[in-house]
Amino acid sequence: MDNKELQSHATEIRKNIIKMVTSAQSGHPGGALSGTDLITVLYFEEMKIGPENVGSYDRDRFVLSKGHASALLYGVLAEKGLLDKALLPSFRHTGSPLQGHPNMNYVAGVDMSTGSLGQGLSAAVGMALANRLDQKDHRVYVLLGDGECEEGQIWEAAMAAAHYQLDNLCAILDFNGLQIDGDITAVMNPTPFDQKFKAFGWNVVEINGHDYDEIRAAYAQARQCKGKPTLILAHTIKGKGVSFMENQAGWHGTAPSLEQCEQALKELEGK
Amino acid sequence: MAQETRTAYGEVLAELIVEDPKIVVLDADLTKSTKTALAKKACPERHFNMGIAEGNMMATAAGLAASGKTVFASSFAMFATGRAFEQIRNSICYPKLNVKVCATHAGISVGEDGASHQSVEDIALMRSIPNMRVYCPCDQFETKAVIRHVAKIAGPCYVRMGRGKVEDVYNEETIFDFERANIVRQGKQAAVFATGLMVQECLEAAKMLAQEGIELTVVNVSCIKPLDEATICQVAAEHELLFTAEEHSIIGGLFGAISECLIAHEPKKCIPIGIEDTFGESGPSKEVLRKYGLCAEHVVEVIRQTMDSCKK
Repeated sequence: MDNKELQSHATEIRKNIIKMVTSAQSGHPGGALSGTDLITVLYFEEMKIGPENVGSYDRDRFVLSKGHASALLYGVLAEKGLLDKALLPSFRHTGSPLQGHPNMNYVAGVDMSTGSLGQGLSAAVGMALANRLDQKDHRVYVLLGDGECEEGQIWEAAMAAAHYQLDNLCAILDFNGLQIDGDITAVMNPTPFDQKFKAFGWNVVEINGHDYDEIRAAYAQARQCKGKPTLILAHTIKGKGVSFMENQAGWHGTAPSLEQCEQALKELEGK
Repeated sequence: MAQETRTAYGEVLAELIVEDPKIVVLDADLTKSTKTALAKKACPERHFNMGIAEGNMMATAAGLAASGKTVFASSFAMFATGRAFEQIRNSICYPKLNVKVCATHAGISVGEDGASHQSVEDIALMRSIPNMRVYCPCDQFETKAVIRHVAKIAGPCYVRMGRGKVEDVYNEETIFDFERANIVRQGKQAAVFATGLMVQECLEAAKMLAQEGIELTVVNVSCIKPLDEATICQVAAEHELLFTAEEHSIIGGLFGAISECLIAHEPKKCIPIGIEDTFGESGPSKEVLRKYGLCAEHVVEVIRQTMDSCKK
């Protein structure tokens, strides 16, 4: 797929995100927008997933460890045609399958229930072990938040993934530098990520998380790396694509007003 | 004969892992204590040591289960249900994944290791989580049957086992029905709902009380959730005096479960025998159990006193 097409899918996903959090008047737009390009390439180029296998676990899997970016997951599933777009406005509303943090039993294509930070990487370790036991060459992808790496369990899972040489596991770290209370280095500095993951025995690839060529090359490099799991350390911009949200910690968990929503959609459409 | 419930667990798990290719076993550096080492010996490729990292172990178990595996995850009850409570809640029970949390060394009968290792809250913690089933078998035969039972049913289960040897209550021929609380001894005046090693202590107490002309009914409540409310209510209706007996805090465990059932359906006074709101301590198992009132003699004393005060 050429980069223009990817860009067009990413824009639609970002619009889905903005509309969802506006409809819910709650949610987490900042960290959903920062991870959008990474996840767009993942679903439209890298992962083997489609209507024929979405209901099965016998395929590539994706765990949204930073479960608060659920609008991104629902947004990409809808753009990929795996989730009915008509459901998106029900996001975070009573009775909707689109829970604030994703539930795997409500939506085909949600591969793990997440939301409590630090647990998704461990679940992905379990899936990667299962693939090995079943002699399947499926791959397991995980999206981590940078603030999420303050959870001790991330490092327990990182240790386990390297110990069991899970080269079928690829974690993507959405390094946007901001968490709820501000700059990650000011709140509780979890960096340097590259040195830490390398020291834990991982293959680390550092990229610009909004550059499709770099993202594509990183997934390819991860696939080729044998004997160890890969971390794609992706430098991103929180709120990417919406000028007034970019690099603002305040947009971590705040919904735009109707006027702000309109402005955001206009910007995304390039008007 | 006397046997450890954890040894029975290891033995039956070693059979199951060979019988069922979907079974995967995880442990947190306690394989010799929890006895999952026996399953590892039987099938090393489906046994994973996850190191001293219980939270990661439980969420890894969830990931394996989300890929179609039946996962047995073991550690001491304290760390399995305490350290990893939130992983069990959010990664296993919320998505209703097929993970069997099989914990050993529950309660104060752990003995010498002391309070840091003596879980007296695990039943309360586990039974409060939606989708979780809670079992506490009393002897080796019931343990083996419980483990085979949970391996067959879908969804999260907690099985609570002990460290020390416990006398047999059942035998090889016993056919278990975990939908029903099991009336092990039918008496008349008083009934005690017991779980785990307190079943043996209550049976012993019943013998002692019988010499005084008091016939004690002993009900083994090995399945604490879902609770067999029908049998509980029937026993409650048929007896004047009701007791519970458990190697667990009297807050939130078997006493909590029975009280909730009685208050809702068959309101009646029920007296708890268990660990009062306190931590345990180091010491030989039998001595610690005795000190905290978890022995036949104390059960007799409580029942006798209650009967005397009723007569007054």
